[in-house]
Amino acid sequence: MIGADSVTVRAGGRALLADVSLTLNPGEVLAVVGPNGAGKSTLLRALAGDLAVAAGQVRVEGRALRDWRPIDLARRRAVVSQHVALGFPMRAAEVIALGRLPWHATAQMARDEAAVTLAMEQAGVAHLAERAYATLSGGERQRVQVARALAQLDGAAAPAALLLDEPTASLDAGHRGQLLRLLRRLARQGTAVLAVLHDLNEADFVADRVAMLIDGRLAACGGVAEALDPTLLQRAYGLPFRMVAGGGLLPDFAAGGR
Amino acid sequence: MSLALATASPRARGRVAMLPLGAALLAAAMLAGVLLGPAPVTMGGLTATVLDVLGIAPLPAEYVRDAAVLGVIRAPRVLMAALVGAGLGAAGAAMQGLFRNPLADPGLIGVSGGAALAAVTAIVLGSSIFGAAAGVMGLWLLPVAAFVGGLLATLMMARLGTVQGVAGVATLLLAGVAVNALAGALTGVMIFMADDRQVRDITFWTLGSLAGSRWAHLPVVAVLVGLPTLALCALARPFNALLLGEAEAFHLGVRVESVKRLALTLAAVAVAAGVAFTGLIGFVGLVVPHLVRLGFGADHRLVLPGAALLGGTLLVLADLLARSLAAPAELPVGVVTALLGAPFFLWLLRRRGMGA
Repeated sequence: MIGADSVTVRAGGRALLADVSLTLNPGEVLAVVGPNGAGKSTLLRALAGDLAVAAGQVRVEGRALRDWRPIDLARRRAVVSQHVALGFPMRAAEVIALGRLPWHATAQMARDEAAVTLAMEQAGVAHLAERAYATLSGGERQRVQVARALAQLDGAAAPAALLLDEPTASLDAGHRGQLLRLLRRLARQGTAVLAVLHDLNEADFVADRVAMLIDGRLAACGGVAEALDPTLLQRAYGLPFRMVAGGGLLPDFAAGGR
Repeated sequence: MSLALATASPRARGRVAMLPLGAALLAAAMLAGVLLGPAPVTMGGLTATVLDVLGIAPLPAEYVRDAAVLGVIRAPRVLMAALVGAGLGAAGAAMQGLFRNPLADPGLIGVSGGAALAAVTAIVLGSSIFGAAAGVMGLWLLPVAAFVGGLLATLMMARLGTVQGVAGVATLLLAGVAVNALAGALTGVMIFMADDRQVRDITFWTLGSLAGSRWAHLPVVAVLVGLPTLALCALARPFNALLLGEAEAFHLGVRVESVKRLALTLAAVAVAAGVAFTGLIGFVGLVVPHLVRLGFGADHRLVLPGAALLGGTLLVLADLLARSLAAPAELPVGVVTALLGAPFFLWLLRRRGMGA
């Protein structure tokens, strides 16, 4: 669906991403993990087409990203950024309805209202519809943005891609579970889901595959067990992790060596 | 996305009624504008004049004076005010949307500063450069100079504000500040060179006036202000996407850099063409979009046409006040818009809070 071929992204002479290759397939959840500054958000933005790549290329359905018209991209991939601040006050329902913009003047326009209603239900924000976006908490805003992205992908002809940058960052445990289960459900329905995640246990729960970035390089990309290998984790975070009973990873904060 | 309007909100229906309401307001203001003033015209006089112009019934003798007042003075003036006000309102809404800044106004993109510099230069140097021809060209020299000056300043600002093909909002804003400062400094040089009569002309030009409205100007204004205003209204959907930010707008399928260039060009043409014939008129472009937003929300499908309609309405009324308050003398209309606009804006801010 979306692939990176030896992608390098530079800013100010520094390589934020170096030679990263990976593929996001329909029907899977790919979690991108790694320490702060490893290039997780940069990778997401490169895949979304926000950044110019210095070397390599990003492909969508086999075609180079820069050959796509923005509107055609918008009809098959949605992006949920970490923070979205509005230019002027709007209600949550209006923000979510903006997700339908790419379908203006297409046959899918007939689905506008149904798509927004469904997206609000799926993201659990129906009760926030009439609230002013500016008065929502960080977690509520994140869920509204997820609903906006779901509304955008409603009606996509081919399998769609959903890219999320730390979607769980401001959510409480209950809503985190809700969102992760939603991502799994979307993947089961054929959507290609890529999520930048901080919490390795969330990655463990939700991901089919995990990509571990360290210093802008892809240190591992594969099954959960492979990418969340204790030696690799020690290298990435400078901390030993141990498995806890019943499945789960716990960082040993006291043992930090640096 | 017909549905931001259609979603269950009870306010939605009130919003749809907003555009006919704005059109009705503008029509009422224009009617008041042609009827009222130091020499009032009766409805009978207006009707008789319209019938005469349409060739339906000859003008009765008692209405000859009314017909003259309407045809020569009032009608071109009110039409000019409506068009220029609409252009300022829509351009203001577009710049606030583009810069995602509630304090943005059309002056920010250098257009008024550049127009002022060119107009002042034309006033001061016009007769020495064009000699006797300046008198003949009088009706057009100043407007053409101001129009070209305004566009050049915006072009310069856009060039300076674009780095590697990307016109970053902050860079653009700073480039606008720099271009305005430079234009202001050069305007100062011109004022220094001006004689007393020219200084007076310059002062009145910078305060704005619709007294010079002529039928001959109107077709030009109708095209150069009217068409960009309509075109800006057609950009409502990309502007709505930009409410979320530039990256999000791109994710929603908007060609962000193209939209930015187009919107800057349209706003610059609309404002430069208006300013060219009326001089600088402040506050309409800043206040009017806020009034629309405070009443009807941020949806640009309402904000852009609403700001055009309300901008026209307010400028027609401000001009009515400008020529009535101190009759037979006239206040500069820019003074009236500022006197009305500034306190009203403050009152709104205090009442509703910025919320942006």
